[in-house]
Amino acid sequence: MAEPSTSSSETAVTSTTSAEELLGHKETSRLSKFLWGVVGPIAAILVAFLVSGIILLMAGYNPVFAYITLLEGAFGDMRVITEVLLQATPLILIGAGLCVVFRANIWNIGAEGQFYIGAVLSAVVGIYLGDLPAIILIPLLLLAGMLGGALWAMLAGWFKVRFGASEIVTTIMLNYIAIISTGYLVTGPMIEEVGKFPQTAQVAEAARLFRFLPPTRLHIGFIIAILVAILLWVFLFKSSMGFAIRAVGHSPEAASYAGIDVGRNVLLAMAISGGAAGLAAAVQVSGLTFRLYQQISPGYGFTGIAVALLAYNNPLGAIFSGILFGALRSGAEVMQISAGIPSVMVVAIQGLVILSVATFSVYRMKYTSR
Amino acid sequence: MESLPFFVMLPAILAATWRMATPLIYASIGELFTERTGVLNIGLEGIMLFGAFTAFAAVLFTDNLIIGIAAAILVGILLGLLFALFTVTIKANQIVVGVAFNLLGLGMTGFLFRALFVGTDNAVRTVPVLNIPVLSDLPIIGEIVFRQNLMVLATLILVPVASFLLYKVAFGLSVRSVGEHPKAADTVGIGVARTRYAGVIIGATLTAVAGAYLTIAHTNQFVEGITSGRGFIALAVVVFGRWRPKGVFWASILFGVFFALQLRLQAMPDLIIPYQALQMLPYVATIVALLSVRGKTHAPSALAVPYEP
Repeated sequence: MAEPSTSSSETAVTSTTSAEELLGHKETSRLSKFLWGVVGPIAAILVAFLVSGIILLMAGYNPVFAYITLLEGAFGDMRVITEVLLQATPLILIGAGLCVVFRANIWNIGAEGQFYIGAVLSAVVGIYLGDLPAIILIPLLLLAGMLGGALWAMLAGWFKVRFGASEIVTTIMLNYIAIISTGYLVTGPMIEEVGKFPQTAQVAEAARLFRFLPPTRLHIGFIIAILVAILLWVFLFKSSMGFAIRAVGHSPEAASYAGIDVGRNVLLAMAISGGAAGLAAAVQVSGLTFRLYQQISPGYGFTGIAVALLAYNNPLGAIFSGILFGALRSGAEVMQISAGIPSVMVVAIQGLVILSVATFSVYRMKYTSR
Repeated sequence: MESLPFFVMLPAILAATWRMATPLIYASIGELFTERTGVLNIGLEGIMLFGAFTAFAAVLFTDNLIIGIAAAILVGILLGLLFALFTVTIKANQIVVGVAFNLLGLGMTGFLFRALFVGTDNAVRTVPVLNIPVLSDLPIIGEIVFRQNLMVLATLILVPVASFLLYKVAFGLSVRSVGEHPKAADTVGIGVARTRYAGVIIGATLTAVAGAYLTIAHTNQFVEGITSGRGFIALAVVVFGRWRPKGVFWASILFGVFFALQLRLQAMPDLIIPYQALQMLPYVATIVALLSVRGKTHAPSALAVPYEP
């Protein structure tokens, strides 16, 4: 629990401030939690598919055929299912991290940029420190990615705490700066020796994550993602630090009154979400792409927002919504090839899912809070 | 090739500055009205993309610029209505709805563009440059002011009209009071929801027009993601312009300078710094501008707070 401030006798009332008051809602029954937590997201997805089906129809496509191809592309056989899990890996990590920062009511829209910075740093480690043994190299690579993402996010957090600059705008600007910088690195200083394509050389063999289900590409990064999501759930709901972050999110004034350092928690929440995005990038580089290039993220950072929101900012839920959006991305690739429907439609579906979730959340709040 | 002395390039840079500032002026004047009613619409980027695509498609089909602008305005009104429905009536989180609008804009325009136009010859006619015989030949001023297309020139009318609406008529008083103190406004009979709908629709419409400018005036085609962050920069412009039409105009011009300089410097033959450093100039400038404003003292008090009567 939060420590009440002891310095001032005037604020002694804080000791009576209950957890409920700081978070603004009662603990509701498990059944109603389950209903809103599971039925709500499913309904949101159905609404999104219905609306996008209408759009597909208007653009002259057969939505039933489109969705069948999409489902086959995502769950048709074992191989495509592992591809879905591969797609889901960065999404789970980014989404679970965003759950933490969104709970603090901080709008980090910059996971995309944090992913890029994480990718750059982990590629640097994987390429230039490649002589190290795997047991040192892999942890170092993951740590570098995490650190890169965390620092990039904390920059925006610091802008907010110190200068009152809206994190929405600064994180988006930092996205552009990170993406452009990566473009510079892979066409300039870090370009591969042979071939001279706009990409770096491959990371050392020792830097690569173990693929546990050959011949598929599924690697232990997926397991790491699940573990991190569980860890973040424990942190958010079972630790006093997590409680402080949620209290800040509900009301910075009340939290501050109860002796919680708001600025510190904003920075912490930003660091956690940025670190998760950076780790996602490190896992991607060491598990799948083995190198850095301009399009290292096809919008994972933005899909991660949908992942977190669909999970109602619960890191455990992000495992499921991450797999769902992974399936959507993976299936859409197949849909593009076999039904000729541009896969960018998935981005619109994400928008529709978020819109439905936002609407359901309003009614959920009405029925579950005082 | 020897580079020209700076003062010779100056009129061209200033003219380009105004052209680059124009979409920011439309979008941020619009967002100013939205935010002054107490609603924060961060979905500008998506709305701008919808406007850009709609105007482009309409002109491609009809070869008529008026129809192009009208189509963008219509889409802006519809998107404004939709945004207000979710944020004012349903009272969903404004930021989440804004994020959704951005994804919808990017996804829908990308999808429709690839489905309908990829691989076709798709250059459209553009808004004409007003050529007044004597004035456009004036030295310096002629290039900066009198050789601009009509949508650029229209910003000269937009700003005083916005000031007039905001400060001189009853509607403006409603807008400002609803954004500062909705409860008090409600008590004296000003419809909070109605005023917010109006503010959001004005914002979305002008933002869609900003998008139209990009595809049928500034260039002659649609490219996926053509707005390249201008919708987000416009949000910073509103803060930097302190929620006032004139302030927003000059803030847009300042950002226009960075865009224009970036283009001009990239074209220099003996450039020693990497072009990516110039490419990120507007984005770095946006952060620096936000940091220099310090705090939210000028923001409407009820910004982003749904009204519960």
